Amino acid sequence: MSVTTSKGWNFYDTLETVAAWVLALLWISPLLYAFWAAFHSGEYAIHFDIFAPLTLENFREALSQAPFLRYGLNTFILVTMLLSAQLVVGTLAAYAFARYRFFGSNVAFALVLMQLMITPEILIVENYGTLASLNLVDTIVGIGLPYMASAFGIFLLRQAFKSTPKELEEAARLEGCGMFGILMKVYVPLARPTYLAFGLVSISHHWNNFLWPLIITNSVETRPLTVGLGIFASPESGIDWSIISAATLLSVAPLLIAFLLFQRQFVQSFMYAGIK
Amino acid sequence: MHPSRNLMRHVHGWLLLTPAAILLVAFTHYPTIKTIIDSLFSKGTVIRPSRFVGLANYESMYADPIFWKVLYNNLWFALGTIPTSIILAISMALLVNRAMPGRSFVRMAYFTPTILPMIAVANIWLFFYSPDIGLIDQISSWFGISGHNWLGDPKTVLPAIIIMTVWKEAGFFMIFYLAALQHVPPELREAARLEGASRWYFFRRVLFPLLMPTTLFVLINAVLNSFKLVDHLFVLTKGGPDNASNLLLYYIFESAFSYFDTNYAATLTVVLLALLAIMALVQFFLLDRRIHYR
Amino acid sequence: MLNILKKTLTGTTMAACLSIAVAGTPATARADTNLTMYYPVAVGGPLTKIVDGMVAGFMKENPSINVKAIYAGNYNDARIKALAALKSGKPAQLSVMFSIDLYELIEQDAIIPFDDVVKTAEDKAWLKSFYPTLMQNGVTRGKTWGIPFQRSTIVMYYNKDAFRAAGLDPEKAPASWDELVSAGKKLTKSDGSQWGMMIPSTGYPYWMFGALSMQNDQVLMNGAGNKTNFSAPATVEALQFWKDLGSKYKVMPSGTIEWGTLRKNFLEGKTAIMWHSTGNLTVVKKKAKFDFGVAMLPANKRRGTPTGGGNFYIFKKTTPEERTASMKLIKYMTNPARSAAWSMKTGYMGVSQSAYDNAKLKEYVKGFPYAAVARDQLKYATAELSTFQTGRVRKALDDAIQSALTGTKTPEAAMKEAQATADRLLKAYR
Repeated sequence: MSVTTSKGWNFYDTLETVAAWVLALLWISPLLYAFWAAFHSGEYAIHFDIFAPLTLENFREALSQAPFLRYGLNTFILVTMLLSAQLVVGTLAAYAFARYRFFGSNVAFALVLMQLMITPEILIVENYGTLASLNLVDTIVGIGLPYMASAFGIFLLRQAFKSTPKELEEAARLEGCGMFGILMKVYVPLARPTYLAFGLVSISHHWNNFLWPLIITNSVETRPLTVGLGIFASPESGIDWSIISAATLLSVAPLLIAFLLFQRQFVQSFMYAGIK
Repeated sequence: MHPSRNLMRHVHGWLLLTPAAILLVAFTHYPTIKTIIDSLFSKGTVIRPSRFVGLANYESMYADPIFWKVLYNNLWFALGTIPTSIILAISMALLVNRAMPGRSFVRMAYFTPTILPMIAVANIWLFFYSPDIGLIDQISSWFGISGHNWLGDPKTVLPAIIIMTVWKEAGFFMIFYLAALQHVPPELREAARLEGASRWYFFRRVLFPLLMPTTLFVLINAVLNSFKLVDHLFVLTKGGPDNASNLLLYYIFESAFSYFDTNYAATLTVVLLALLAIMALVQFFLLDRRIHYR
Repeated sequence: MLNILKKTLTGTTMAACLSIAVAGTPATARADTNLTMYYPVAVGGPLTKIVDGMVAGFMKENPSINVKAIYAGNYNDARIKALAALKSGKPAQLSVMFSIDLYELIEQDAIIPFDDVVKTAEDKAWLKSFYPTLMQNGVTRGKTWGIPFQRSTIVMYYNKDAFRAAGLDPEKAPASWDELVSAGKKLTKSDGSQWGMMIPSTGYPYWMFGALSMQNDQVLMNGAGNKTNFSAPATVEALQFWKDLGSKYKVMPSGTIEWGTLRKNFLEGKTAIMWHSTGNLTVVKKKAKFDFGVAMLPANKRRGTPTGGGNFYIFKKTTPEERTASMKLIKYMTNPARSAAWSMKTGYMGVSQSAYDNAKLKEYVKGFPYAAVARDQLKYATAELSTFQTGRVRKALDDAIQSALTGTKTPEAAMKEAQATADRLLKAYR
């Protein structure tokens, strides 16, 4: 093997750029294909023709066959409600762990972290039983409830609160702030990046969650997009590919558009959440 | 310290924790224990109520070929997805962690599959894999290769699903490597360049060891995902043909909700919990060293 | 919108354990009977719209009864959802579920026999008005538990243009296994662009297999639902034949064939013959760009097909008013005119002789004789595989079929294993 000189590094730079582009095109092509299929009539999904006429018929058909707008609304309600609950519950718990060295706090923290491993997906059977006894099967609250206390969120916020300088807390205390005042005026504002990161991670996770919502919902009024899409496109129904593609795009569009618009924030949030 | 203030500290701490504690106990700790208890009882129907059977469910699980098959599949699924995703993720991170034309587009292309729900991904890929009329078979037919039944052949169904999963996950793991690479001092690269070290040597001896903590973190996450993610099976194969693509969590779902055997499902869940516990221990001991990094 | 708000609020209140009574039920609800029913769709086409339309028609005629019809996915999903709803305190009063769910539903003590709600002589005559073969899956222990609604048999769709191109008589569909194989050989193109035939083996493989074994003069289970005949020589032979179509005669792709995409394969000309539910008929008729035919399945020792599809069931957790209203709805949905219209719109069978006596359907059959193939085939039909522990027993058979078709096990070994599993599961019920 020859020793690469400084010149070799430059050559490889070009090669890497080409490789990066080839891989990127390969990676995005399944999605591009779905786009293509969604905007062309069914026969062209099978007989590829670059000059085939564009159409919105598939979207119209998908919307008329299943209430995707309603599903979208359900998902939106679910995600909003869930994130608010997670933030409130998580902030309080994280504050306790970060600033109160209370009796049993270490054990409690370890028990909280258990949820990082044993996520609600794994306990579907028992959680279904619990929700049934609470009479919350087939409600949007029922989809969200097992996730409302997020160990991940508590952990992230605790880290953020811990790195908040104590002096600020002292200053606020001198100004006469109470426990909640300090939390709201000092800790929460300083942890804004953490909130943003956790929020984006949580939204994209729950927007996409399928198994638990599938089990716990029974009706159009509660089904989120993923479940609606899942039963719409189950192979048994043998629906047209183009219509399935259109339905798929309808379901992912809001999140995908948000991602494309706020790409940097998304990527940074995932990064941030992962490093902590 | 003032005794009452001291007491108040404990009270306040617990009060703040209460909402989280109630929810976590109700949906994590209680069901975990209940799962173990339920695994010791027989399937109950209205006509024949459930009764204590000791380890009988574990015995029938031990004798259940499908159980061993899904466990084996899970192992192969993990082995098939994880190393490939990690290698791809590192490559992607290295490729976009430099100035180049169109960098933000390339990054976006890698990361976008991560944003999609697995159920949508499965819908898209179902079309690729569909025999004769699917995209892959159409393209291969241009080259005179006749169609293959990717999802209907037990030899190709798991690899087909693995490829799809790698597509979805590699970009996600790339993010963590990108973050780690940003902490690598640029002088290191410059020094290696001046020393005349080959790029491969630089990667192997300098970069890769520096990325080790990230790799461990990604590894644990990937293993967890390989047990938790079964959404695609609902669309693609339902675990078939002949359980060739069935995974443990999907089998749990089938047992509980198709066969109404919640007790057998609980028994299977105990196995899943045990596997996760093992992973937690591994993480605890292996990742402990990571704390010095950063 | 208001509805979600209500739902969300209800949930939140309960979650927060507040004891404020939830205001919600309008005052008029008192006089009304509210019914919730789940229903499945297993074949393509806008069936949900058709069902919704029928339900709307019913509510127009019966303003005091509110029906909420919920599409729940495939047959499996519908059963899961309906039974789950029973446990959750928001139960359904009736549902369309798989005809073969009967024993499971009885074991769960979830349904009531229609004998409990049928009182008058007129009602009793109504109960007798359906095709007896379609009632087989709904009757056990001397009682009737299910009323046929979206019922089907398996029929053979074939591409007449492909038949002509291969030099076969397009008006003469293969009537025996031998003819099937020889026609298949002529229809299969060596470049892989067209297969002779396809029998789907995902989704409902046991159903297709019920046809093959019946044609070999062997039923798969007994009438009490506690014994299966998976390892009987004729059963194994039938599976061997299925496998041979792919591996020996090469007229069908080997491996499993996807239930959901098969119709597309047929419409795209990728296969000249397909076996599929008659429920596909109307969609095939609309979408086929070639001349196609529909025929009864061929015979080996005899002709045969299982019936298939969904029955109406009434749940046990219902008030007398709800039961009466449910009966009204079921009668409406299955009456001759409705059943005839349903059959024309989908391809599913009319459920009674009087449905086929309906003038509109008669006219339709005159112009499109294939609409009557499924009915004509009824005289050769048998009940669909249905036993106690149906889910597991079915899964054992499905797995055995798939393992034989994909070549991981021999048909004999696979069926022996399936029989052993079934015996283990059913021992307790004998």
